[in-house]
Amino acid sequence: MEVRVANVRKEFERFPALRDVSLDIKSGELIALLGPSGSGKTTLLRLIAGLERPTRGKIFFGEEDASQKSIQERNVGFVFQHYALFRHMTVADNIGFGLKVRHGPSRPSAKEIRRRASELLNLVQLSGLEKRYPAQLSGGQRQRVALARAMAIEPAVLLLDEPFGALDAQVRRELRRWLRDIHDATGHTTVFVTHDQEEALELADRVVVMSQGRIEQVGTADEIYDTPNSPFVYGFIGESSSLPVKVEDGQVWIADRPIGLSAPHAPQGEATLFFRPHDVDLVEECNGCIAGTVAASRRVAGTRRVELEIGGERQRVEIELPVDHPAAQKTRVAFRPRRWKLFPAA
Amino acid sequence: MTTAPAKAGWRFRQPSVIPGFGLTLGFSLAYLTLIILIPLSGLIWRSAALGWTDFWAIVTDRRTINALEISFGTAFIAAAVNVVFGTIVAWVLVRYSFPGRRIADAMVDLPFALPTAVAGIALTTLYAPNGWIGSLLTPLGIKVAYTPLGIVIALVFIGLPFVVRTVQPIMEEIDKEVEEVAATLGANRFQIISRVLLPGLAPAIVTGFALAFARGVGEYGSVIFIAGNLPFKSEIAPLLIVIRLEEYNYAAATAIAAIMLALSFVMLLVINLVQTWSRKRYG
Repeated sequence: MEVRVANVRKEFERFPALRDVSLDIKSGELIALLGPSGSGKTTLLRLIAGLERPTRGKIFFGEEDASQKSIQERNVGFVFQHYALFRHMTVADNIGFGLKVRHGPSRPSAKEIRRRASELLNLVQLSGLEKRYPAQLSGGQRQRVALARAMAIEPAVLLLDEPFGALDAQVRRELRRWLRDIHDATGHTTVFVTHDQEEALELADRVVVMSQGRIEQVGTADEIYDTPNSPFVYGFIGESSSLPVKVEDGQVWIADRPIGLSAPHAPQGEATLFFRPHDVDLVEECNGCIAGTVAASRRVAGTRRVELEIGGERQRVEIELPVDHPAAQKTRVAFRPRRWKLFPAA
Repeated sequence: MTTAPAKAGWRFRQPSVIPGFGLTLGFSLAYLTLIILIPLSGLIWRSAALGWTDFWAIVTDRRTINALEISFGTAFIAAAVNVVFGTIVAWVLVRYSFPGRRIADAMVDLPFALPTAVAGIALTTLYAPNGWIGSLLTPLGIKVAYTPLGIVIALVFIGLPFVVRTVQPIMEEIDKEVEEVAATLGANRFQIISRVLLPGLAPAIVTGFALAFARGVGEYGSVIFIAGNLPFKSEIAPLLIVIRLEEYNYAAATAIAAIMLALSFVMLLVINLVQTWSRKRYG
C-alpha cells in the first residue's frame, strides 16, 4: 500500500524531533531511512506505525488518513531491533498472536492459524522450530521469528526499526540478502531504519537520508552516492574530502592559485569543495591542480590512503591511490578531482 | 545470548574460575544449620518424644484441626486478595507518575516495620462494631472484628508488601516494546494485559503469593487482637500453640508446631517446583 507522509512535525516536550517532513512511499517499495542518531528516523517510523502521534501534519495509507486511526486499526507489521518476542509463548504462538487476538469472523480457526504459522516459518527458513521458546533461539533466528510474526497479519506496510542492529556482522550480511529475497517474494511495502549506510545502499530501492529532524535527500543508491545534494549527504555517505575554496571569474581558487576546475554557474565568493578520495587524477606538472605535501600514508585493504597538507594553512585532505602507485613514495603529490561539487560556505 | 535448556538430573553447576565456591558454600551450610535447621530439628525432636499415638491424637483433635483450617484458610484467602490488589498497586507505582508517588511507594513497606500488635489493635479499633468502619458495616449485617473475616483483613494488611515488592521489580523490567508490538498486531489493551503482561509476571506473582501466604500462616501479633479467638470459630493455630504453652503442655505445643511446619514446607515446596518449571520454560 502507498504511504504518504505530509508535512509532519513531531515535538517531544517542545523539542522538535521532526520538522516538516514529507515523503511518498510507493506501493511495494523497499525504502531505507538512513541517518545518524538523533536524526529523527526512528521517530518517523514510529509515527507511520501509530506508536506516536504527529504534533502537526498527516499520514496517509493509500487515500485514507491514517493519523486518526489507532495503532490496532492501522494494520502495520513492526519489527524491533531487540525482537520484542513474547517470552512465554512458543515460536508458533508468537507468530499466530496477531491472528488469535482478532474478533469475530476475521479470526481464523485454530487449525488455520497453526497452518499459517508453519507456512511463515517455512518462509523465514525456520521450519520445525514451532515448539521452541524464544530463549532457545539465536539472535538471528529470533529476528526471523519477529519478522514472521509481523507478516502474519498481512500488514499494509512492514516497518523495521534497525532490524539487524543487534546481530553480529556475518549474520547481518546474511539476513540482509535474505530480507531482500523475502521482500521480492511477498511484495510488502517495507520501510526500515538503519544507521548503516552499506545496509541502506545495498538493500533499499530508495534511500531517505535524514539529519536533525529533516529529510536531506531521497533517491536511489546511485543518486545518493553520485550526486549528493548537500554537504551533509556528501560527508555522511561514503568517504569524502573537503577543502575551503573561493570562486572567482568562473574558476575555483585555493588561496591565490586556480586549481584547474571551472565552475561557471557557481556563485562568486567563499565555498567548500567536496570530492571522493578515490575519484581523483594524479597530475605530473602542476598548472592548475591541488598540490600538497604527504603528511601520512596508510594502507587500507586494497588501496593506500594518503593524507596531504594543502597550501599555507596546511588544510588536510585524503586521497586514495593504488597500492603500488609510485606517487605514494613522493613527498609532494599533485592531483585534480575527477568528480566534485561546490557548496557555498556555511 | 542463547541459554541451553538445563539438563535433567542432579549435578553441581561447574563453579567459575573465581575462587570462593568452597568458602561460601561452607558458610551457607553452617549458617542455615545454625539459624534454621537446629531450632527446627529441636522442634521435631521434642514432638517425637511424644510417641506416634499421642501425636496423632493431638493433631487430629477437633480444636487443632479447626485452628489449622482457620490459619491456612485465612492465609490463603488473604494471599489471594493481596495478589490481585498488590499487583494493581505495583502497576500504579511502576507505570504512572503522580504527586505523592514516592510517599505511596514508601507507605507500602509500613506493614513490614509496624509492630504487628499495633496493627492488630488499630484494625480492631476500626472494624469493631462501634469503630469507624465497623459501625458502617454492622447495619449491613457484616461482622468483621472477632470473625475469620477480621483475620483475613489483618493478614491482607501484613502480606501486602510481599506481593508488591516481588512484583514491582519484574514489572519495571517489562519491555515497552513488547506491549507496542502486541498493539501493532491488533491486540487491545485488555488482551495485552491478559495475554502478554500477566503471563510474564506470573512467576513473580507466584513468589509474592508464597511469601504472603507463609507470612499469613505464621502471623500471630496482629491477628489475636482482631480475631476474638473463639475456639472452633476464630482461633488460629499459632494462638493454640501459645495456649498450650501457657498450660505447660509443651508436647502438644510442639506437635501442633510440627504439623504446621510440615504443611507449610510442602506448600512452599510445591510453589517452588512450579516456579522452577516455569523458569526453565520461559528463560
